Order: sequence, then C-alpha cells, then structure tokens
Amino acid sequence: MAFLNHSKVPVHRFDALIIGAGGAGLKAALQLANADLKVAVISKVFPTRSHTVAAQGGVNAALANVNDDNWHWHMFDTVKGSDYLGDQDAIEYMCRAAPQVVYELEHSGVPFSRLKNGKIYQRKFGGQSQNFGGGQAARTCAAADRTGHAILQTLYQQNLRKQTHFFTEYFAVDLFRNKSGQVLGALAFCIETGERIIIDARTTLLATGGVGQLFKTCTNALINTGDGIAMAMRAGIPAQDMEFFQFHPTGIAGKGMLISEAVRGEGGILINSEGERFMERYAPSAKDLASRDVVSRAVATEIQEGRGCGENKDHVWLNLDNVDPETVKKRLPGIRDLCLTFLGIDPAEEAIPVTPTAHYTMGGIPSNRHGQVIMPTQNHAESIVLGLYAAGECACVSVHGANRLGGNSLLDILVFGRAAANSMIEYLSENPYHKTIDAELIDQAIARLDRWDKPNNNVNRSINANDQEEPVYQNDNVALLRDELRKIMEDHCSVFRNESVLQEGIDKLEQLFKRINTVALHDHSKIFNTARVEALELENLAECAMATIVSALHRHESRGAHTRMDYPDRDDKNYLKHSLYFSSTDQPEYKAVKTQPITVDTFPPKERVY
Amino acid sequence: MKFSIYRYHSESTEQPYIQAYELADSEIDAGMMLLQALIKLKAQDESLSFRRSCQEGVCGSDAMNINGKNGLACVTRLADLKQPIQLRPLPGMPVIRDLIVDMQPFFKHYNDVKPWLITKDPEPEHEWKQSPEQRAKLDGLYECILCGACTASCPSSWWNPDRFLGPAALLQSARFIIDSRDQATDERLNQLDDAYKLYRCHTIMNCTQVCPKGLNPAKAISKLKHEMLKKKL
Repeated sequence: MAFLNHSKVPVHRFDALIIGAGGAGLKAALQLANADLKVAVISKVFPTRSHTVAAQGGVNAALANVNDDNWHWHMFDTVKGSDYLGDQDAIEYMCRAAPQVVYELEHSGVPFSRLKNGKIYQRKFGGQSQNFGGGQAARTCAAADRTGHAILQTLYQQNLRKQTHFFTEYFAVDLFRNKSGQVLGALAFCIETGERIIIDARTTLLATGGVGQLFKTCTNALINTGDGIAMAMRAGIPAQDMEFFQFHPTGIAGKGMLISEAVRGEGGILINSEGERFMERYAPSAKDLASRDVVSRAVATEIQEGRGCGENKDHVWLNLDNVDPETVKKRLPGIRDLCLTFLGIDPAEEAIPVTPTAHYTMGGIPSNRHGQVIMPTQNHAESIVLGLYAAGECACVSVHGANRLGGNSLLDILVFGRAAANSMIEYLSENPYHKTIDAELIDQAIARLDRWDKPNNNVNRSINANDQEEPVYQNDNVALLRDELRKIMEDHCSVFRNESVLQEGIDKLEQLFKRINTVALHDHSKIFNTARVEALELENLAECAMATIVSALHRHESRGAHTRMDYPDRDDKNYLKHSLYFSSTDQPEYKAVKTQPITVDTFPPKERVY
Repeated sequence: MKFSIYRYHSESTEQPYIQAYELADSEIDAGMMLLQALIKLKAQDESLSFRRSCQEGVCGSDAMNINGKNGLACVTRLADLKQPIQLRPLPGMPVIRDLIVDMQPFFKHYNDVKPWLITKDPEPEHEWKQSPEQRAKLDGLYECILCGACTASCPSSWWNPDRFLGPAALLQSARFIIDSRDQATDERLNQLDDAYKLYRCHTIMNCTQVCPKGLNPAKAISKLKHEMLKKKL
C-alpha cells in the first residue's frame, strides 16, 4: 500500500467525493448522506457563496398551480428550446421529475412565494407554452427573484442537518484516472494552509458549474472558471457541445449583472431607440418571452442596425411601465436592489439599459440521464467512465441542447444532482473496495501544482528582439493573461460568429497558451494564496476557451445560441449531432443526438417559431 | 485614488502593518465599486488577499471594514468613500491573511440555531400550504447572505464571541421560528434560553446599521425576546 504514503501527501478515504458545493453538489451530497454513505464535499468557496446563489427567476416544474400544465408540455418546450439538439430521453426524465424535486425543496424549507390558495407561486418565463406550442404557460416556481439563493441555502442547511463532511475552501487540482479509465478520486489543496491532500474515493462527482468567466462581460461570478470541465479534459474525457454558450438577453449594459427573465415574465418589455417594442417583429406570438437565443439575437440585431439606445447606441431599454410598482417591490425586490446599486435608478420608474451578456454553458462533460460520464471508446460510442459522474452546469446531459430555457438550470441541478447520487449509490453497493491509485497519477497532479511554485525568471531574462520564435513577455502576469483571454473570447466567439473571426481567435489563443506556459507567480506563500488559485483557474479557463472556439469553428450551421453569419441556417442533415472536443486534437468528433424519449413519441425537428 | 490597507501574512511578518496603495485616475470608471479597485490592486500586487465571488452583493464573500464601517466591497461605490480608503478585515474575527478572516466561529453559531425547517406531521403529497400573509413574515429574514458584517460589528459579539450567538445566527433562528411551516418553536426557544445566547443583545443596533442587504437583525432579535416572554407567561 505504498500509495498511502506517497510524497507524504495525506490520504483521506471516502465512498464518494463531490467537487463543487452549488445546487447540484449539495443535492447529490444530501441524497448520498441519506443513504448513510461517507461523503466528502470539496468547495473552493464556502458553499453558500456558490453561483447557484445568483439564480433569480425560478425553477420550472409543471405543478399547474396557475394554469393547466403537464410535464409533456414542459418537455415539448424544452426540446424546441434546445433547437432539437437536446437528448429527448434526458429531457423526458427531467420534466417528469420536476414536480417531485420542487415539492422536496419546499418540504426542506425553501421560502417560495405563494398564491392566495397557499400553493407555490409560478410565473411566466421565456419559451413556455401550454398544449405543445399554444398559449403562454406560467411554470416557473419562484421565491421572489432570489430563488437560487433560497434553494442553495436550504440545501446547505439540510446538509448541515445530515452532518455532511465539507472540505470548505479546498481547491481540486486534478482527477486520478487510471490506465483502465477508472476515476479513483482527486488531488486537492487547502487554500487556507496550502496543505495538499489526496482524496481516495470510490466515486467522484464533478459539480463545478459553468465557465462564464470566458467572456469579458458576463453575468457569472468570478469563481465560474470551468474547473471541472478542464479537469475532465485533462483526464482524457472530451467536452461536449462547448460552442453553445448562452448569451442572456438582459444583462446590465456594460456591467454584466443579470436582469432576470422574471422582469419580462412580470410584464416588462424591450424597447429600441425608436421606442418600438421590437420583439413583435422577431417573435409575433411569444414576443418578449421568446427563447433566450431568439431574444438575444434580436437585441444584437437592433443594436447592429443602429437602433440601439444611449449615447453609444450600444444597448436597448427594458421597460417596466406596464408593471405595477407594488409588483416590482414584491416580486422583483432583488432586481430593484441591483438597479438602485449599480445604476442608481428605480426600475419601476426608469427603464433598465440591457444588452446580451454571456451567461450559461450549455456544453460540458458528456453525461447521460443517470449522471454517469460517458465517452466514445473503440468498442462503444458511449462507454461509461467508471467512478466518474457529472451534474449541473459543468455537465452536458444534454437537456439544454443548443439553447437552455430560463428556469431549467435550477431544475437541471436538482434532478441530475439527485440522479447522479442514485447512480453512485448503486455503483458503491456493487463495488465495495477502493482500488490503488497509480503513483504516476499523483505525481502528475502534483507537478501541475509545483509548476506554480517555480521562481519567476522572466524579470531576469533579457528580451531578444531577433528571437521571433520564443518572445519573452517580461510584464506578463496571471491577471493580464486572464484579461486578454476574456477579451479574445468576447471579440471572436460572441453572439454572431464567422469562419475568419473564429480562426483569428484560435490563432490568438494559441499565442496566449504559450505565454500561459511561461508565466510565473511572484507569491509562493502557502497561507491563503489566492494568486495560486487564480493561476490554476487561468489554466482551466484556457482549456475551456479552446474547446469552445474550436467546436464553434467546426459547426457549419446556425442552431440555438450558435449563430454563424456564414452558415445562417440550421442544417439537420449534417449537424443534428453533438460535438466532442478532445484537448489532444484540434478537430472535434461527433455523436448522435438521442431523439428517442423514454416512453413518449419523438418530437421531430421543426422550424422554430415563437 | 489612495488606499490604506491592512496587511497580515504570518509566513513573512509577525505583526500586521498598513500598506499604502494607489490607483491611477485613468483606471477608475464612473460608478466603479470598491471590489473592482481591489481586483486592479491585486493585479499590481498579487500577494494582496481578499475573498470575492459574485460581484453583485448576493454571495456574501467580500465583507470587510471600509473606512470604519463593515460592508461588502462589491456594492460599495468608490465615489462615496473618503480617501485614503481604509480597508481592514472584519473586526472581532481572527485574521488569516490580509482582509481574510476565519469565519468558522461565525458559522458554528449559525449551525447552533439548527437553521433548517423542522416538521413533525407526515409530509403532504404536494407543498405545505402557506398563505401569502404567512409567507410575507419571512421577508427581511430569509434574504441573509451570511456575509458576517453584522456579527462583526456587534460589541456583544466581540465581548462574548463564544457564548453570544450574534445577530446573523439569531436572525436565522427567527427565520425558522416565524415560518408557519416549522413545528419546533418550543425547542428552538428553549435552546436560546440562557443568559448569553440571546440576551447579550443590548440593542446597540450596529447590526441593522451595517447590513448590506438592508435587513434588520435587531428587530428579529427583539421578536425572539418577545416570543420568549410570551412562552414564559
């Protein structure tokens, strides 16, 4: 048992390791704790700081508290919203499970807003319909406009009740995936002390969230750096559908804070510089509550064609004139706070300047509806990666396909956090023993950490102007490279894309990779070294950036959130398929979309009209 | 723009010290928040350490003492601050490094109040019913982001950090006692019934003054005292 003393790195043994303590990780932890398993949850921030906290509008479930509704209509809307790239078995599973997970949350204490009859309040959200594309549905269960906050805190509280073992403010570095492809845990370090630990776990769940920090302006928290997706890629697992990145139609212009779809759900409308409610032209029936990709493209088009508002004509107005000021206070208090704080305006009185803003990673670690990570091997298109699971925004099940519907992300984390935990419970009962972690794997992960402890040589090196091959960037630092990366992605991989702009972005990223490989830290201290954390996050961001832009370059069609000016139409003949990017190659592979649901008939691809 | 920031790093210095920083005016945009300035200062000096995440006042990571008053860096406007802007870690909490404090004692008190819904009746098939009026009583309680600004501003918490639960934990206690669905009111009140946990609150009201979410822990504490009195009569 030599590995137990490897490099004097202490080993902790658990049945299950969960990396990430947002909604998906905490839901899974709770499910595992209820099965009396030994669970470790690693989180780089205190659990209630996770980005689930920022979700505003609500969680979709066909409870039918406000109007007639059922899971099948919800499924139709989700498939259509996904631009038919979603896997229909997973979508059926999610929509069927929705009411039950929402009731579970309510029983756990989530302070949902209420209807007069005492039931959970449900609001209108984009892309929701009754009766397969009929009238607007109200399916989004809300706790005012702080639903994510309420859910995250409740899940954390339930885990406290169950005495879940948290490794709070620990950073997960890399997975241990042995030669046979099985995942056996991860290397992590304690941010507070710098101490490294090996978590030897029979099952590992990645629940690390999305990678919104790829873009200069985004609605995401600074912690959303795609750590889990990058860890999986480094372990040889592909990233799926990364080209599909959601731009939310209403981020505060120039600043990025999210203005929830709930504002439009409660009656807010979008207005251009001519005072026109332009969504009537783009989506005659759903109007402002069309799918997010549709509304974002419409806003971007209005701005591009010169009908933007403000001095620089770079945004549109979100106008709440039609909404009763009392409703704003009662149903949208968080939005009101954000506007008062960051804009100095009361949205009940003045319109909000908004613009499409990077928001959500539809792509991620390929997984199935049981939360198992899957990848192609020689023998099978969808081999299960033993011991590894993924849930939430870092996973690509895929229930969101090419475009996620508002209110489906909170649902995704709950349903698939639970599903992954259930699969883990089953696997653990069949695989009772820990396996030996190869020392080589541990060495590799440690080397990645040690690389940042090397002294900064750049300052002592002279610049050789003639050396075009290996220029030395004297003033490079992690913060600078991160800013450049986010600028490249914003300029080259935004709402509207084309071949030359994407290719140029890839060239720039390749240059940036070289600089990331040589940049060093000045601060090598152990105690709460956030510079080290940011350096590791930069590496993760860079891997996700390349996956995103390369996948975007190779998808020669426009579908959902991926809009190619040079290929403006959806191409079901050639591209009704998922892309799989392996970091070892520069050409994605593809796999078929699962169009067969579990029990009902397939929704075949149709033209998407809202 | 000038800053004066508390530095402490046990690996290199025994004593904390104050370091002056400066940001060029060209780096400062109109309406910029303090956190953005800190991020720019960290780009100058990567050893400067602080917690941050959401940048919009909902995650509770970046509470600190700003010109003498506790608040969140991400929702504090630079333009409103007198220079040099004095930044200190939250008072009354052990400092780990620079502006980062040890929040474990804070979260221990949070845990102490059993911050989870306790029900005894069999769970209904659908939701527990709650009227909009009953639900409205939770407004001002459930929104807490656990940033610690209130507890770290409370002289009673400074004086009895181990035994007085502090405003944040007591606000949570009230959140569950007042929730119409919770069925453990008596146990919760019994648990608070000693000389320290609740009654060390002397209505100094610093908590309410500093809460970045505009909540009123002092009022919640007074509600708890009221419930306690009702129970005893």
